[in-house]
Amino acid sequence: MLDVKKIKADFPILNQNVNGKRLVYLDNAATTQKPNCVIEAISDYYKIYNANIHRGIHTLSQKATQAYEDTRVATQNFIGAKASQEIIFTRNTTESINLIAYSYARFNLKPGDEILLTHMEHHANLVPWLELSKELGVKIKYIPLTADFRLDLSNLNQLITDKTKIVSVTLMSNVLGVINDLTAITELAHKFKAIVHVDAAQAVAHMPIDVKKLNCDFLSFSFHKILGPTGVGILWGREALLDSMPPFLTGGNMIASVYFDKVTFNELPYKFEAGTPDIANVIAAKTAIEYINNIGYKDIAKHESKLTAYALEKLSGQENIIFYGPVNTINRGSVISFNLKGLHPHDLGQVINEEGVAIRAGHHCCQPLMRLLDISGTIRASLYIYNDEDDIDILVKTLKNAYKVMGHVASR
Amino acid sequence: MSLQDELYKETILDHYHCPRNFGSINSASLKLEGLNPLCGDELTLYLKLNNDIIEDIKVEAKGCSISTASSSMMTEAVKGLSLDKAINIASEFKQMMLNKNEITVFDETNDDLNALAGVKKYPVRIKCALLAWNTLLQCIEGNNTENDNLKNSKE
Ligand SMILES: Cc1ncc(COP(=O)(O)O)c(C=O)c1O
Repeated sequence: MLDVKKIKADFPILNQNVNGKRLVYLDNAATTQKPNCVIEAISDYYKIYNANIHRGIHTLSQKATQAYEDTRVATQNFIGAKASQEIIFTRNTTESINLIAYSYARFNLKPGDEILLTHMEHHANLVPWLELSKELGVKIKYIPLTADFRLDLSNLNQLITDKTKIVSVTLMSNVLGVINDLTAITELAHKFKAIVHVDAAQAVAHMPIDVKKLNCDFLSFSFHKILGPTGVGILWGREALLDSMPPFLTGGNMIASVYFDKVTFNELPYKFEAGTPDIANVIAAKTAIEYINNIGYKDIAKHESKLTAYALEKLSGQENIIFYGPVNTINRGSVISFNLKGLHPHDLGQVINEEGVAIRAGHHCCQPLMRLLDISGTIRASLYIYNDEDDIDILVKTLKNAYKVMGHVASR
Repeated sequence: MSLQDELYKETILDHYHCPRNFGSINSASLKLEGLNPLCGDELTLYLKLNNDIIEDIKVEAKGCSISTASSSMMTEAVKGLSLDKAINIASEFKQMMLNKNEITVFDETNDDLNALAGVKKYPVRIKCALLAWNTLLQCIEGNNTENDNLKNSKE
């Protein structure tokens, strides 16, 4: 089992009061907090070996280049990739998906082709495709949801056909908390020679990622959601696929040779890493991986499952609560969305925040899903390794206060 | 001061629970939708004009307490006024919400509006309070300039 007290001590930010109350951080689906070791890895780089990478022969540059490339290898091992050059550093998941849309889809899809998404996608996995569909005249289809907030795969045979060229799905919903079994989707997609991108932005904090087992072609996530720094995401792709794609951004670092009238591109992964990257944060991302690995996904999952069960049970006792997501811990992570009948999520969020509890209120970058559920937004509590039952109790107590502050509102 | 005292004043909650002039006008002279994309507050504003007098005003609001209360107060404040006077009050209200240095106080007739001054201390909520007023201004301006860019439909 996790030693939450010990873990908490690694996160300096948690040791503070907000609005005069102990900070209870329950917005981990948006971004996680950073342990001391990650913060120190960033400052060590700036204090001791700040230098640009890949082009210096001096010692500091070599040291920085080595550390930067070490993160690539650590990431390769972290997700079970075949080769380190399959790991492309981006700014975040959003940029990774834009890279696929720009450098793969634009060159491989033609009018009439189809892209398959799901109704639970984050804007990051919607908007790039919507924009592309306008540009290319390709059609976007969606896997719908069942009444219990899971992917409805009953009509998959109609949704994936020989017109389908790209399937892009999230492994875990950042609103509903569900973890999706993608086996049937990838199998059928590959049967029709479509490529599959997995948005692992939310899942990566909760479960080990193995691109071989997932049997996907592209995968992306952001390090800021697994205790790492902001500004660093990855795109993993099969080497042959990445090799066949033209660059996304162009300029320095991504070239082999440049003449006044022509240019040849660098090899993988540098072809996709134009300009000076976020060196310090890429380096610190390795420390985040090590921190997670030290704890181990097994214990993380156990802790989360136990805490999620506790939270669901305690929250269920609250009058007029409506959950958006399964009220059990089967194939679900520790992201819990709900509303209190008659209260607008923003008002409820404000009341909760007043007690030092950081939760998210709103659409969570899933406006189409909100429309589908016919709500303007939800309250979302998302738990991680430094949260405990005490945090849940405080959250539940703030809810009890909400109707007192706001009064009941008859639905209009 | 607590949240309750400052943000959720009785006046605000009263307008939230029973918004005035709530609904639609079938034969509206002007109609405009307002949207606050960040928090999903939505409203539709209906104006019935007699020359330049706001003879009737209604709002269908779907939003948080602050945006609902503010739109309710807005309808009370401008109903029966000329468009110019309505623009003046809306500008004054925006001044109250946005100007850090000056303190705007409304007189007795519009005393309810003063209750919203506390929202100023919660920057993310200012947009909620302004939605109805900005929609009103856009609606009137759109009418004056016949601006096609605005979703301003004369019915
Ligand atoms: C499922 C999912 N996809 C994509 C993203 C986008 O991540 P980022 O903002 O780091 O690009 C998020 C983050 O909220 C997410 O939860």
